Amino acid sequence: MSSRTLPLLFINLGGEMLYILDQRLRAQNIPADKAKKVMNDIITTMFNKKFLEELFKPQELYSKKALRTVFDRLAHASIMRLNQASMDKLYDLMTMAFKYQVLLCLRPKDILLVSFNHMDAIKDFVKDTPSILSQVDETYRQLIEMYTSLSNGEFQLIRQTLLIFFQDMHIRVSIFLKDKVQNSNGRFVLPTSGPVPYGTQVPGLIRMFSCTGEEVTRLQFSNGGNYTAALREGSFEIFGDRVTKLGTNMYSVSRPVETHMSGTSKSSAQHTKVSAAPNPLAKEELNLLAKLMGGLEVQKAGNADSGFRVNLFATDEEEEEALITRPDELSYGVINIQATKDQQANAELAKIMGEFTDSGEQSPSASSKGDDLLAMMDGL
Amino acid sequence: SMAADDAEVILLLTIASNVREICSMYHKEKSIQIKNSASALYNNLSVLRIAPRRLTYFTVVHANVVNMVSASWDGLNYSHRQLQSKEPNVATSTSLIMQMYESDGSIMVYWHALDTPETPTAQAVFARGISAVWENYICVGISSGAILVFDVPSKGSNITLSEVLEEHKESITDVASECSGSQECIADLVSADDGGNLCVWKSGEEFQLLNKIPGFDMTCSSVKLWKGTVVAGYGTGQIRLYEAVTGILHAEVSAHARWIYSLDIAPFSGLLLSAAEDSLVRVWHLTVTPETNSVEIAHLHNECVTDTQICGAKFCDGDGYAFAVTGYDLSEIIRYTQS
Repeated sequence: MSSRTLPLLFINLGGEMLYILDQRLRAQNIPADKAKKVMNDIITTMFNKKFLEELFKPQELYSKKALRTVFDRLAHASIMRLNQASMDKLYDLMTMAFKYQVLLCLRPKDILLVSFNHMDAIKDFVKDTPSILSQVDETYRQLIEMYTSLSNGEFQLIRQTLLIFFQDMHIRVSIFLKDKVQNSNGRFVLPTSGPVPYGTQVPGLIRMFSCTGEEVTRLQFSNGGNYTAALREGSFEIFGDRVTKLGTNMYSVSRPVETHMSGTSKSSAQHTKVSAAPNPLAKEELNLLAKLMGGLEVQKAGNADSGFRVNLFATDEEEEEALITRPDELSYGVINIQATKDQQANAELAKIMGEFTDSGEQSPSASSKGDDLLAMMDGL
Repeated sequence: SMAADDAEVILLLTIASNVREICSMYHKEKSIQIKNSASALYNNLSVLRIAPRRLTYFTVVHANVVNMVSASWDGLNYSHRQLQSKEPNVATSTSLIMQMYESDGSIMVYWHALDTPETPTAQAVFARGISAVWENYICVGISSGAILVFDVPSKGSNITLSEVLEEHKESITDVASECSGSQECIADLVSADDGGNLCVWKSGEEFQLLNKIPGFDMTCSSVKLWKGTVVAGYGTGQIRLYEAVTGILHAEVSAHARWIYSLDIAPFSGLLLSAAEDSLVRVWHLTVTPETNSVEIAHLHNECVTDTQICGAKFCDGDGYAFAVTGYDLSEIIRYTQS
C-alpha cells in the first residue's frame, strides 16, 4: 500500500486534535495566555523541522498503538496534561473525524484539500506568531511538492491505505449522531445526492458510437439518486478556496465537543485479536518510531502552578467512569515489544520519552529504562 | 439515416423493457457473514461455483488476510477459512510474497516473492489484478506495471514463471481473460492500469500484444473481456466499451457518481454488473453482434446498498440469475436473486 500516507494521516489527525483542544481550553475557562501557550507549543512541536523530515520519508503506516503513542506525546508537548480516559476520548474523536473525512471526500485527491483545510485552520491559530508561521508555511511547501503531482490512482491508493488503517472503527460520536451523518450502529451515512466529484458527469447517460466514431444513439437511464453537477475544483495552492468543507473546524461555542460519553456499539465493535506471537515488524517499527519521535522536542511540564489538566468529560467522575467502562476491544493494544531483543530501540525511545509521564500516574516500578517504557506503552 | 436511428432506439428500448421485466425481480436474500470486514480494494470479491458439490466459494480480502466462505446451495452449511499472508522473513529480506492455493484454500501450491528495495521508496510494491487464461496460464499484475505470466501444468504442481509482460508504464489495476469461453476470439486477455491504458493480448508460449488502447489519465479500476469486447470501468464512474483488437469505442456510459470498483459479466446472458463507491450496483445488458460489428448496452436495474462503499460485486452464475456484493467495513456478503 502507499508509502506516502503517514504525513497526511499525521497532519489531519493533528489538526482535529487542535480543534478539540482549542474548544476544551475555552470551555474550561483556561486563561488566554496559558491556552495560547498550549496551542503554540503543540503546533511548534508538530511542525518541527527534524520531525517533519522523518515524517515525509516514504514509509509504511505505523500500527494504531504506535501512532497513538506519537499523539500522546504531542498532546503533552506543553504545560497541559490529559489523563488516560481523556486522552482515549480525544484520540477517538480525532480518528473518527478523519475517518469520516476520508470516507466522504468525493474523490481521492480531495484528501489533499481536507489536509489544506486543517493547515489553513492551524495557520489561523498561530497567525500572531511569525516564528511558528514560517514552520507552517514550510509544511505547505512540502505538502504541495510531494502530493500535487500525484496521479488519481496514487491518491486512491493513499485513500485505500487510510481506510485500512481506520477499518472496523465504529465509535459513535455525538456531534455526528446529532448531525445525522452517523447511524446508531457507528456507520457513516453516505448520501446518494449532491454534487458529483470534480471531473465526473451526473450518471444517467448512455452514448453509443458507430465504427467511424459518430454518436448514433443517446439514452437516458434512472440513476437512483439525486445528483447535481460538480462544483469547481478546490485550490491546491498555499492560499485559496478549498471548496470542500471537510476538514474545517466543526466545533464552536454553540457546537461544543460533546462531553457526554456516547459509548460504542457492542455489536459493531469487532473484537481485535491481540496476537500472542511476537510481531516480527515490531522491532522495525520501534526503530522508526524512535527516529520519528526523536524530532518531537518536548518541554518539561514546568513547575506545578503553571501546569494544568484538561478534561474531555464534564466532570472528573465521568472521566473515571469512562476509564473503567471502556471496552477491551477499544484499547490500543497492538505492539508486542520484545524487551530483550529490542533493547537498543527501547533505550532510544526511553531516552526520548524519559520525561513523559501522565500527571499523577506512575508507571509500575521497573528495573531499567527499557522496561519502564515497555510498561508505559503497555499501559497506554 | 434519421429514421434508421429512431428505429434502433425503439428496438433498444423494446429489448430493455423486455429484459427489465425479468430483472426488476432481483430481490435481496439472506446475507452470508464473513469473519473480517472487507477492505477498500478494487474487485474485492471472488465467487467460485462448484456445481458437482452444489456449493459456492466466496472470498474477500481484509488487509493481509483472505476470508473464504463456502456456502451450500441449500443455504444450510457455511464453512469458513482464513488464509494469512505469509510474513516475509525479516532476518533475510523484505520481500512481498504472493501465494497460490488450491481452490478450497486447503493447500498452498506455490509462492512467488516480489523483490522490494531495502529502504522503502515512494513507489509502493504490490500485486493487483489476477486472471487465469484458459487452463494454462495465470496472469498477475504488479505495481511496477509488469504482468507476471505463470505456466500452470495440467497435472502436478510444477508452476513456473514463464514470462514477464512489460508494456504498461503505470501500476496494473486489473487483468481479465475472455469470459465467453469461445475459442474464436482472437484476443484472450486484457490488462488495465492506473492511467486507464488498456493492453489486449493473445496468450501462448509467448504472449502477443495485439493492441494498446490509450487512457486519459484516469484509473481504469476494473476491466472485462467478452466476445471480443473490452468493458472498462473508471474512476470517473464511466463505463466504456471498446472493440478489443481495433480499439474502436462503441459506447460510453456515465454510470456512477463515484469511482467504479468492480465490473462483472454473466457470459451466457450478456448481463453486466457495475458497482461503485456511490453505494449503487447496476445491472446492464450487452448485445454483441459480431456479423454487423455492433455492440449495444442497455440499463436494466439499480440496487442501492445503503451507506456502503461497494468494493466487490460478482454474478454467482453464468446467466446472471444471482449476484453477490460486499463493501468497505462490511462483514457480510449480500446476495440478490431473480425471482
